[in-house]
Amino acid sequence: MSITVSGINKNFGDFVALQDINLEIPSGQLTALLGPSGGGKSTLLRIIAGLENADSGSITISGQEATHLPAQKRNVGFVFQHYAAFKHMSVAKNIAFGLEIRKLPKARIKEKVDSLLELVHLTQFADRLPAQLSGGQRQRMALARALAIEPSVLLLDEPFGALDAKVRKELRDWLRRLHDEVHVTTLFVTHDQEEALEVSDNIVVINQGRVEQVGTPDELYDQPANDFVLGFLGPVTEFQGRLVRPHDLEVFRQEVPGAVAGRIARSTRVGFEVRLEVELNGSADAAPVNVVVTRGEARALGLTVGDTVFLGLQAVLV
Amino acid sequence: MAETDLSPAPRTSTADTAPGNASAGRPTTATAATTPPRRRRAPRTPGRHGGNRPLRVILRLAVIVYLFFLVVWPVSLVVLRTFAPVGDTGGWDAFVTRISDPAFLYAFGLTFTAALWAVGLNAVFGLGISLLLVRYSFPGRRLLSALVDLPMSVSPVVVGLALVLAYSSNQGRFGPLLQSLDWQIVFSTPGIVLATTFVSLPLVIREIVPVLEEIGTEQELAARSLGAGAVQTFRRITLPAIKWALVYGVVLSLARALGEFGAVKIVSQGASFNGETATLLVANRYGNFDEASAYAAAFLLVLTAITALVVVTILRPKEHRS
Ligand SMILES: Nc1ncnc2c1ncn2[C@@H]1O[C@H](COP(=O)(O)OP(=O)(O)O)[C@@H](O)[C@H]1O
Ligand SMILES: [Mg+2]
Repeated sequence: MSITVSGINKNFGDFVALQDINLEIPSGQLTALLGPSGGGKSTLLRIIAGLENADSGSITISGQEATHLPAQKRNVGFVFQHYAAFKHMSVAKNIAFGLEIRKLPKARIKEKVDSLLELVHLTQFADRLPAQLSGGQRQRMALARALAIEPSVLLLDEPFGALDAKVRKELRDWLRRLHDEVHVTTLFVTHDQEEALEVSDNIVVINQGRVEQVGTPDELYDQPANDFVLGFLGPVTEFQGRLVRPHDLEVFRQEVPGAVAGRIARSTRVGFEVRLEVELNGSADAAPVNVVVTRGEARALGLTVGDTVFLGLQAVLV
Repeated sequence: MAETDLSPAPRTSTADTAPGNASAGRPTTATAATTPPRRRRAPRTPGRHGGNRPLRVILRLAVIVYLFFLVVWPVSLVVLRTFAPVGDTGGWDAFVTRISDPAFLYAFGLTFTAALWAVGLNAVFGLGISLLLVRYSFPGRRLLSALVDLPMSVSPVVVGLALVLAYSSNQGRFGPLLQSLDWQIVFSTPGIVLATTFVSLPLVIREIVPVLEEIGTEQELAARSLGAGAVQTFRRITLPAIKWALVYGVVLSLARALGEFGAVKIVSQGASFNGETATLLVANRYGNFDEASAYAAAFLLVLTAITALVVVTILRPKEHRS
C-alpha cells in the first residue's frame, strides 16, 4: 500500500517543476507534502495520480508499476482543493459515482453510500446538490467519494485550503481521527506548516521542485536539514551568526557566562506570549534579535522596553 | 474500510453552517431547511446601482423603447398583415388556404430539411470543435478559434459565391469528379444544406465554449481518478454540464438556419418546386405582387423561431439561465 517515487522529472517548457524526486511514502501513514506555493507539490501529486505525466522517472503504487497506467486504472482517491464536486449530481450520487462505474450491484452501492454518508456525517444531506452545501460539507463529500472506491492510496491537494480558519482546523482534526480509523495510505499537500506538523506522521518538505527533507514532524522541527526547512517550519531569528528559533533563546537580567548584552527595543504581547526585539550591544546596525518568552516569564523578569538584558541559547541547544 | 463505523464524531456545528448558504442568515420555513428550493434569482435588494433610482427607470425605459421600435413593432406588423383582409378574403381562412399551397409546403419542407441537416451537423461538429478548442492546446488553436467566427462575420452572399466557386459542377475544384459521379451540390439540396450549415456554424460553439471554460477540468479529472474512462467521463460529467448550452446553441442555429436567405439565394435555383426555400418564397412572392403569401410565410418563419426560443427558455432549469 505504499507509494514509491523514483527519479521523477517534470518540466513545463523551460520551467523545471520537479527535479529528480525520489520518495518512499510509507504504507498506512498520513504523510504531508509541505512547501511554499509554486514548489511543485500539486504537480507531484497529480503525477502520482496519473492526472499529469512525468517527463521521466517511475511511480509504483502498492508494489504495482503505475508509471504508464492511466488515472482510471490506478485506484487512487484524489481530493481537490476546490472540491471538484459533480455539480449536477446529488451528494449520494457523487459518492456513488466510482461504484457505479465499477458496476457494483445497486443494493451494494446503496449500502456503501449510506455507510460513507454516515462516516462523513452527511446522511441528512444525501439528496442535496453540492451547491446547497457549505465548503466544509462539500469537502467531506469529496472525501467520501474518494474513499468509496476503496483506494490503495488517498491523495489530497490542499484539501482545506479554500475553507475559513475555524472549519479548516476542525476538518484537520477530523481527518486525523478518520485516518486513525481507516488507515489508508494518505498523502496530503499543504503549504501550512502548522497543519503539517499537527496532522501528519511524516513530512516531505518540497521547495522549487526538490525534496529538502523527509522526516517525522519532530525530526524536522528539531533537526532541520538546512536553513530553508528551519525557516519554513516556524519563525527564526539570527543570533550570533546562527539561525535559531525565537523561543530557544533565554533572557537573563544578570550577566551570565555565554550570554550577550542587549537592549529591548520593542515588546509586543500576543495572547500568552510576549515577543521582544532585542538590539545587541555593539551591533546596532544589525537586525534586532527576536525573542519569544511567555507572559509569565516576562512578568517575573519585569521586562520593559529600554531595559538591558542578557541573551543566551537555552542549555539544551548549546 | 468504508464499513468502519467512525466513532470520533467531528464537531460539525460550524462546518455544517454554510457561510454562503442563502438560508443561513434569514428565517426559513421548515421545509426550506431540509430541502432548500432551487436557487432563485437574487433577492430584491437595491440593485447594483443601489440608490440611483431615476437612472434605473430611464435605462429601463430606453431599452424598452429601443426594443419596441426595432423589433416588437415591425414584427407585430407582419403578424397583423398576415391576418388582415385582402379584398373580400382575409383572416384565418385565407391564411390557411395560402399556406396549404403545394409550393408553400415544398418550400417549408426544403427549409426544414436544410435546417435539420445544418443543425445536426453543427451540433456534432460544434461539440467536437468546442472540446478541441477548450480542452486541448495545439499550435494554431487561436487561429482555429478566430476561423470559427468567420461565418458570422462574412456576408452570407459572399458565402454563397464562395460555395459556388468551390463546389459547382462546372467550375469548382471538384467539378469533374462531381460531374462524373453525376452528383450535383450547388443548385440542388446539398448546396442549400451546405450554405445553411456554413452560416450557422459558430452558434453552437459560441454557446458551449464559455461553459466548458467555466466548468474547468477538475470534475473531469475527478471522474477519471474514480475509474471513469474518456467516454464515460464525457457522457456522465461533461455532457450534463454543457447540455443546456448545447440545446440553446442548437435552437439558435435552428432559428438562424430557418431564416437564411443570402447564401441560399446564390446556391439555389430558387424557383417554385425547384430549390425555393421559405425565405426565397417570401422574397419571390413579395416581388411578384403576392404580398399576402409573403406575409403568411414570414409569419410562419417568425412563429417557428419564437416558439423554439420560448420552449427552450421554459424548459431550461432556472440555475442555467444567465
Ligand atoms: N500546466 C502547467 N503549465 C505550466 N506551468 C505549470 C503547470 N502546472 C504547474 N505549473 C507551474 O509549476 C510550478 C509548480 O506548480 P504546482 O505543482 O502547482 O505548485 P504547488 O502545488 O507546490 O503550489 C508553478 O510555478 C506553476 O506555475
Ligand atoms: Mg498546489
